[in-house]
Amino acid sequence: MNDPARADGPRLAADLGKSDLLELYEYMALARAAEDRLEIMLKQGHVKGGLYRSLGQEAVGVGSAFALDRRVDGTGDMIAQTVRTTGAIFLMGGTPLQYFRQYLARSTGPTRGREANVHWCDFRKGLLGPVSPLGTMTQVMAGITLVFKQTGQPRVGLAYAGDGQTSTGAWHEGLNFAAVRRCPFVAIVQSNKYAFSTPIRLQTRLASFTGKAAGYGIESRSVDGNDVLEVFEATRDAVARARDGGGVTLIEARTYRRLGHAQHDAQEYVPREEIEEWERKDPIGRFRERMVREGWALESELDALDVAARERCEKDAERAIQEPAPDAEEAVQRVYEGLITSVPWTRLPEPTPRGAAI
Amino acid sequence: MSFNFSAPATEDTEADSAPVVTIDKPEHVTKTERGEPVTFLEAIAEALFEEMVRDGHVFLLGEDIGVYGGAFKVTKGFIDHFGSERIIDTPISEAGFTGAAAGAAHMGLRPVVEMQFMDFISPAYDVITNYIATSLYRGSGPMPVVIRGPVGGGNRGGPFHSQNVEMAFFHTPGLKIVYPSTPYDAKGLLKAAIRDDDPVIFEEHKGLYRAPQLREVLPTEDYVVPLGKARQVREGSDITLVTYGMMVHRSVEAASTLQGEDGVSVEILDLRTLLPLDDEAIMDSVRRTGRLLVVHEDTRTGGIAGEIAMRVNEQAFEFLDAPILRVAAIDAPVPYAGTLEDYFLPQTHDVVTALRYLARY
Repeated sequence: MNDPARADGPRLAADLGKSDLLELYEYMALARAAEDRLEIMLKQGHVKGGLYRSLGQEAVGVGSAFALDRRVDGTGDMIAQTVRTTGAIFLMGGTPLQYFRQYLARSTGPTRGREANVHWCDFRKGLLGPVSPLGTMTQVMAGITLVFKQTGQPRVGLAYAGDGQTSTGAWHEGLNFAAVRRCPFVAIVQSNKYAFSTPIRLQTRLASFTGKAAGYGIESRSVDGNDVLEVFEATRDAVARARDGGGVTLIEARTYRRLGHAQHDAQEYVPREEIEEWERKDPIGRFRERMVREGWALESELDALDVAARERCEKDAERAIQEPAPDAEEAVQRVYEGLITSVPWTRLPEPTPRGAAI
Repeated sequence: MSFNFSAPATEDTEADSAPVVTIDKPEHVTKTERGEPVTFLEAIAEALFEEMVRDGHVFLLGEDIGVYGGAFKVTKGFIDHFGSERIIDTPISEAGFTGAAAGAAHMGLRPVVEMQFMDFISPAYDVITNYIATSLYRGSGPMPVVIRGPVGGGNRGGPFHSQNVEMAFFHTPGLKIVYPSTPYDAKGLLKAAIRDDDPVIFEEHKGLYRAPQLREVLPTEDYVVPLGKARQVREGSDITLVTYGMMVHRSVEAASTLQGEDGVSVEILDLRTLLPLDDEAIMDSVRRTGRLLVVHEDTRTGGIAGEIAMRVNEQAFEFLDAPILRVAAIDAPVPYAGTLEDYFLPQTHDVVTALRYLARY
C-alpha cells in the first residue's frame, strides 16, 4: 500500500478501502491468468524450459507485497521473488509482458534470454531476481537491508522462501546475519507442504516454521496463507516494525502447492483427496466469495477484473510470441565489464586457434 | 493470529552502536607518507585504508576484523577510524557474509570481504560461483566485490590454514583472480581490484606478509597496478619461467643460480593476475626463448600450468624447442610436519633442476 490515505471511502477490512480490496483481487487474478496463459504457450511449444506455477498460493505473494512501499524509481521496498510469487512481481511493477518475454527467452526480455522464469532483477521496481540455490537470496537480501540500515534509507526487504529453503545453511546464515545486525528484513516462508516431492515432515521436526525464529532471536507469526487479508496484515505489521528499527520478522504462510514442482512433475506422490481439499480453499475463490458476501464488491465487478486480466495476458502473450530470440553471438558478451570472452576459434571466418585468449 | 514474542528485548547491541572516530590513522598505514619502507601486509593495509578514505562506498566485512583487527592485524585500528558501520565484524558464516556483500554491491557499495584464511572460502563457493560471478551476465548488474585473504603454505599451518584456492575459481567465468608477490604490486593491484566493477578473488601469501627482505618504499602518490597484466621480473633469453606469488621469489633464486653456475639466461614473468591471463606477455617471451617452465605453489593436477601450456600450444607451438614443463606442489592436502610440508612444497632446488633439464633439452 503506497499511501494508506489514498483509500477511497470507508475502511472495509484490514484498514483497507474498496479500491485496495479490488486491487488485491485484481493481482491475484492477474497472476493466475498469466500462468494459465503460460501453460497454453507451453502446449503450443513456445515455452522451452520448465514452467513453475503459484496456483493456489496467489494470496501469499499478493497479500505480502501489497504491504510494501512500492515504487518504480529505485527508492521503495524490495522483494526477493520466487516462482511461487508471480502476483508479488506484478504488484511491484513487473509486467505480464516482461514475464512472458522472460519465459520465452526473447531478446526483448529482462535478461535478454540469459536466464529463465522469474529469475530477473529490476532494482528500480524493487525486484531481486533469484538464482536456483534459493538460500542465497536470503543472504543477498540480508546485505541489501544492511545497506538500507547503514545508509539511513527507510526501506525494507522481503525475501520469500519455500519450506525447502529453510533447511539450507545459506538461509540460516543469511537470516542470522540479518538478525544480528537488526536489518529491516521480513522473511516469509511459504509453507506449501512439498519441496519438489519432499514433504515437510522430512524437512523439519518442527510443527511450524515459526519455531525456527527463537534460534535467531527474532519475532515470528504464522498465518493462513490462503487468506490474502491475513497475509497482508501480518506483513504490514512486520514491515512497520522493520522500518521502525525493530529488526527481522519471520512469517510462516501456510498454503498448498496444487500442482507439481514444475510442469514435468506429475505429483504422483500426493493423494488426490489432498489436492481436492485445497482446491476448495482456493485463495481467489475464497476472497471473491467473501467480498460479495460482505458487500465489498459486486460479482460483476470481479468478473470484469477476471476478464481484463485474461485479455491483457492474451494480448501480451501474442506480442511476446512475435518477438525475436537473442542473437547467438551475444553469448560471449557481458561476462565481464569491458572484456569480451573469446569466440570458439572453429567459428571464426578463417579458423585459427591463435586468437583463443579470453 | 498472534505474535510469538520469542525475541529478546531490543536493547542496543554492538551491531547498533554508532560509529565513533577515535583515532586519526592506525600507525601501520602511515609508513609510506613518512617515507618508510613497508611490508607486504602494510602495503595491503594502506591500500584498504586509502580506498576507504577515497571512496565512501568501500566498506569491509569479515570475521574478527574490527576490534581485534583481523587474524593477521591487517585492519588493526580501522574500526576506530571508520566505525562499526564500515568495519563489520560478522558471525562465522563465510557464505552468509559473502552473500550479504553481494547484496550491498547491488545497492551501489563496494564491499571488501576478508576471509580469515582463504581455506575458509569453500563454504562461500556457492554464492561466489552461482551468484556473484553470474550477476552481470544474468542482467542483475555489476558485482564490484573483492574477496581477499591469506593463502599459501610454508608456515606449518596444516591442511586448513595453508591452501591456495585460485584453481577452485579459475574455472568460473565472470571472476577475476589476483595474486601479488611484492608490496608495490599488492597495494596497486588491491586498489585496482577495489575500483574494478567485476568480482575479484585476491590472494595474499601469508609467507610474504612480514618478510623483511621484501620491504620497500612505495610512491607517496596514489597509484594502481592494472589487472590482467604480467610483470617482467627478470629479463632473459634462454628459458621463460612463468610464475606468481611466493614462487616468484624462489624462481628468482633459481634463475640466479642458473646464471651464475650454468650461464643460462632465464626470463621470469610474474603473472600477478591469474584471471584473465596475460597471454600476450607469455607468448611474447616464449617466442623469444623457445622454452617454458611454469612454477606454482598450488598442487599439480588442475593447476594453472596446464592451462598455460595449452594456450602456448595453441598460439606459439612452432616457437617451442622443448616440451613445456612445470614445478608444482604434490597432489596432496598440505601436511603439518616440517619434513612433510617442505617435501610437499616446490623448493628452489626443484626449480633449478627443472631449468637445467630444460636448458639441456
